[in-house]
Amino acid sequence: MHILAISGSLRQGSHNTALLRAAANLLPPGVTVTFYDHLEEIPAFNEDRVAERPEAVDRLWDAIAEADGVLVSTPEYNSSIPGLLKNALDWLSRPLIDSPLRNKPVAVIGASTSMFGAVWAQAETRKVMGAIGARVLDRELPVPSAEEQFDEAGNLVEKEIQEELGSIVHALVQAIEARAETLARG
Amino acid sequence: MSATTVNERLAGQWRFAPVHSAAEFSVKYVVAKFRGRFGDLDASLEDGVLTGSAKVASVSVKDPNLYPHLQSPDFFDAEQYPEIKFHSTNITIQGDHVELDGELELKGNTRPVHASGTVEGPVEDAGGNTRLGFTLESKIDRTEFGINWNAPLPKGGPSLSNEVVLTVELEFHKVS
Repeated sequence: MHILAISGSLRQGSHNTALLRAAANLLPPGVTVTFYDHLEEIPAFNEDRVAERPEAVDRLWDAIAEADGVLVSTPEYNSSIPGLLKNALDWLSRPLIDSPLRNKPVAVIGASTSMFGAVWAQAETRKVMGAIGARVLDRELPVPSAEEQFDEAGNLVEKEIQEELGSIVHALVQAIEARAETLARG
Repeated sequence: MSATTVNERLAGQWRFAPVHSAAEFSVKYVVAKFRGRFGDLDASLEDGVLTGSAKVASVSVKDPNLYPHLQSPDFFDAEQYPEIKFHSTNITIQGDHVELDGELELKGNTRPVHASGTVEGPVEDAGGNTRLGFTLESKIDRTEFGINWNAPLPKGGPSLSNEVVLTVELEFHKVS
């Protein structure tokens, strides 16, 4: 089983990238994770270029197609999805009928330095990925005051957040297994 | 005319005639009705019990980008639940008026539904076939079947109604 982890933040010391690393550590044995870190290379969405997608978009498209599930961790900018993440999702939605996100199990988590933990950005990311056709888990993990949540080794310091993160990645693994069973039934 | 007498019109075994049949839904979206039609249908009528099914993948709508969204987990979740199924539990006929109770399986949820409509026939056509036709309408709450998608309007309230009108026209040819 293979999961693609996408951070909505480009920042070197990103709390959301740290949250994805913490999530990866909670996955059961046998589940591999690739951290997608080329979001900055995705050009601005232009419907004129959909027929011949830019290479950077193709690479993300293929990475999602090859993954069994996707884990997104998003910060929140001005109460919404970071533009770069939304831009990438827009590319992944055209043509919609061919999108690699269709039926793909997806979980969305998020961290912010505010007291709300990117809860609105997570809700909107779930809405957008649902509209594209992904199998989006109805779960959220708002990690507030993100600058205080990780120790020097990158581990989550609050047990409750760690447990909830473990529960969400476990639910993602279950969704991937359930989809595999559906596909095997034909 | 008693119900018992009229129900004899449905007795025996009937073959489904898909070319002369249709299954559609309509649901209010903001101000107007949004409609879809299932192209791939199957049905049977045997000794007064009506069963039917529709392939979710066969739905046709006017917006090409809406089709994949309807197939997705936000709506029908065609990958996991490729078929919509129905069977009747009771059919009452008075004159040409039909009241029908049954169970509808949609998105993995089975709920009782009620439909009203008309029945025409049996009528013998020019080729010697005996035909029977139903026109039925049922109103369901889509959220009872786990189809919960919505989007709030800018000034409040949902854009998509929970009430969905199902309209079915079915033709059968007598086998025996």
